[in-house]
Amino acid sequence: MDDPLIIAGREFRSRLITGTGGAANLSVLERALVASGTELTTVAMRRVDAAGQTGVLELLRRLGIEVLPNTAGCRTSAEAVLTAQLAREALETKWVKLEVVHDEETLLPDPVELLDAAERLVNDGFVVLPYTSDDPVLALKLQDIGCATVMPLGSPIGTGLGIRNPHNIELITSRASVPVVLDAGIGTASDAALAMELGCSAVLLATAVTRAQDPERMGAAMRCAVEGGRLARLAGRIPQRFWAQASSPGL
Amino acid sequence: MKAQVNGTSRDLAEGTSVAAVVTLVGAPSSGVAVALDGAVVPRALWDRTIVPDGGVVEVLTAVQGG
Repeated sequence: MDDPLIIAGREFRSRLITGTGGAANLSVLERALVASGTELTTVAMRRVDAAGQTGVLELLRRLGIEVLPNTAGCRTSAEAVLTAQLAREALETKWVKLEVVHDEETLLPDPVELLDAAERLVNDGFVVLPYTSDDPVLALKLQDIGCATVMPLGSPIGTGLGIRNPHNIELITSRASVPVVLDAGIGTASDAALAMELGCSAVLLATAVTRAQDPERMGAAMRCAVEGGRLARLAGRIPQRFWAQASSPGL
Repeated sequence: MKAQVNGTSRDLAEGTSVAAVVTLVGAPSSGVAVALDGAVVPRALWDRTIVPDGGVVEVLTAVQGG
């Protein structure tokens, strides 16, 4: 079945976007990425370290995976805009996963700074994929100023708490015209499947795979979960009922 | 003269270019970007952009994250 994910006119066969953070080493990361089937993967921008480079770019290029730089660690619009511009220069891509977080304890998006940064970057020609809260109003505003996706959290980054407010996610998917990507909070495969069943177009996750006991196997699990959830969404689930309904003919 | 390079104070010769600083920090040949005093310096301008006294230089690359 041909059912590509389309972001800013670009087609992806995989609906799983992954991060690269948290993996014990590049070899573990490589096996997990391959098993996940991802075609788009985030990297962070950091100071060049005299101790040597991570080699993550070379790995992604070798695997034919598109690089999506993020602005992780930025706390203000100005920081995020500069980081995105540096990423564009370093990686020759105008795509950016925009993150502007409020504080280190929750890593929750700062909605005021986020909206401001998104608007500046859209005006500067970027393809902006914003990491946002699960607020349906903010999601619509991000869409309206020209973001290529909206990426609401299921729960805070790295918590593995899954989707804490499924109704909000469904409100967002029911009104957005750009792809909705569930970003952050995924703990295990059922969370990823639920995101897709709620109408998300894709799932973005990192920790759930890279810090699993067996990252390669969890990568494969997430791939199946996203595919299964997408199929279920397209198939149309049965309505929930209070009373039983026999599935065999009466005697 | 002194400049801040990736958060560290460095003694640089007068007329040191951004390109020279990139070499100094041991940056790889690709996947690198530079900000001077909070603004991106495009790679094509590295050679002819001189770091001023007290300048703040950030040399960044991609690492695992997100």
